[in-house]
Amino acid sequence: MIKLFVDNWSQFLTGFGWTLLSSVLALFFSLILGSFFAILEVIPNKFARIVGNVYVEIFRNIPLLVITMFFYLVIPMYVVKINGFAAGTIGLTIYTSAFIAETVRAGINSVDVGQMEASRSNGMTYVQAMRYIVLPQAFKYVIPPLGNQFVNLVKNSSVLAFVAGFDLMYQGNSIASTTFETVNTYFVVAIFYLIITLPISYYMQHLERKIV
Amino acid sequence: MSMIEFRDVQKYYGKFHALKDINLEIDKGETVVLIGPSGSGKSTLARTVNGLETIQEGQLIVNGHDIADRKTDINRIRTDVGMVFQHFNLYQNKNVLENVMLAPRIVLKLDETENKKRAMDILDQVGLADKAENMPSQISGGQAQRVAIARSLAMRPKCMLFDEPTSALDPEMIDDVLRVIKYVTSQSDMTSLIVTHEMGFAQEVANRVIFMDQGQILADDETSKFFENPSNPRAKQFLSKIIKH
Repeated sequence: MIKLFVDNWSQFLTGFGWTLLSSVLALFFSLILGSFFAILEVIPNKFARIVGNVYVEIFRNIPLLVITMFFYLVIPMYVVKINGFAAGTIGLTIYTSAFIAETVRAGINSVDVGQMEASRSNGMTYVQAMRYIVLPQAFKYVIPPLGNQFVNLVKNSSVLAFVAGFDLMYQGNSIASTTFETVNTYFVVAIFYLIITLPISYYMQHLERKIV
Repeated sequence: MSMIEFRDVQKYYGKFHALKDINLEIDKGETVVLIGPSGSGKSTLARTVNGLETIQEGQLIVNGHDIADRKTDINRIRTDVGMVFQHFNLYQNKNVLENVMLAPRIVLKLDETENKKRAMDILDQVGLADKAENMPSQISGGQAQRVAIARSLAMRPKCMLFDEPTSALDPEMIDDVLRVIKYVTSQSDMTSLIVTHEMGFAQEVANRVIFMDQGQILADDETSKFFENPSNPRAKQFLSKIIKH
């Protein structure tokens, strides 16, 4: 296994780099997009709620691979040419954002309604009440499930292998098919995934302890 | 001059008629106690005054503004109307001092030094200056309710609504809270509407007692008259049951 890594280190590291980049980008944008749709789902406006709901239900219930293929094959045909890495990262972002929206929405809903009522009675606007009172408390509730979503996101980034995204899984497939050392190759691939996911798990646990 | 005025107010929850033909005037400086069996609509009535519950028909004038009018800025009215809840609803993510200082800072844009001085004065008045740095989870229910009252007073409201302020408290905590409420209502320019089951307290602080049942106001009497000989037989029956305990 060590020999396999030494012989193919540059390919592994390239894959690791693309996986890491894709994960970081998808994490950042899915958090923003997910929080945005979560807020649409809770604000007292029927139209916003419907928009948020439709978005979440559509993208949560379609396989990630199908969303990714859509961006890889359909979008370049009609709109703009994008490569496999971009298609995979966009697919990953949208898919994960639907789950993050549900997580954040649940967090907001688990804050006692009395907190909002007290804030409003105190003269705050809806936005002020959300910003100073409800969201900070919701954030506390969503840290553990959000950590799960982040770990899932990193693992799901292996979808890039299907659309030539040059990620870890893609490089692993390529090394396995040239060296025929299937078992060892995927062992190394698994270790690289752990290098990203374990620190996330650990950091989230730490954050949870610190805040709660 | 009236502070709160209900004119033929109707409130529905779906098909359920929660408030029926409410006509009520509360003058500036008055203390009015609202009593009645549970489910009679007394909390709902109190909550309509600051717009936490909407009304479907009629007019509700608070401090000269019609709450039901869409053009009315409800946030502006709420700065003049304090509300104290049964379950305190202190901001769980803020300490006691911040609970009191937050709204004056972000709503009234009060200067920080002035705000802090005012907040500490008010906490001192409710006897909790030494708890300023505590989190809500570290104080007792009675203390939490006094902080909640302080939080409302920090906005210098013209009117206070108390929605069963002692119902969630242990018996030995009730006195401290009632003493603070009594102090608040004794200020001559403060208008108060209090929903409570504490009859002795009602007798002590109220100018008028209103009895509600099934969404209607059945009696609206001077305090002494209400407790001696209420104008409504249903109220009489209610009183006799309560006083037995």
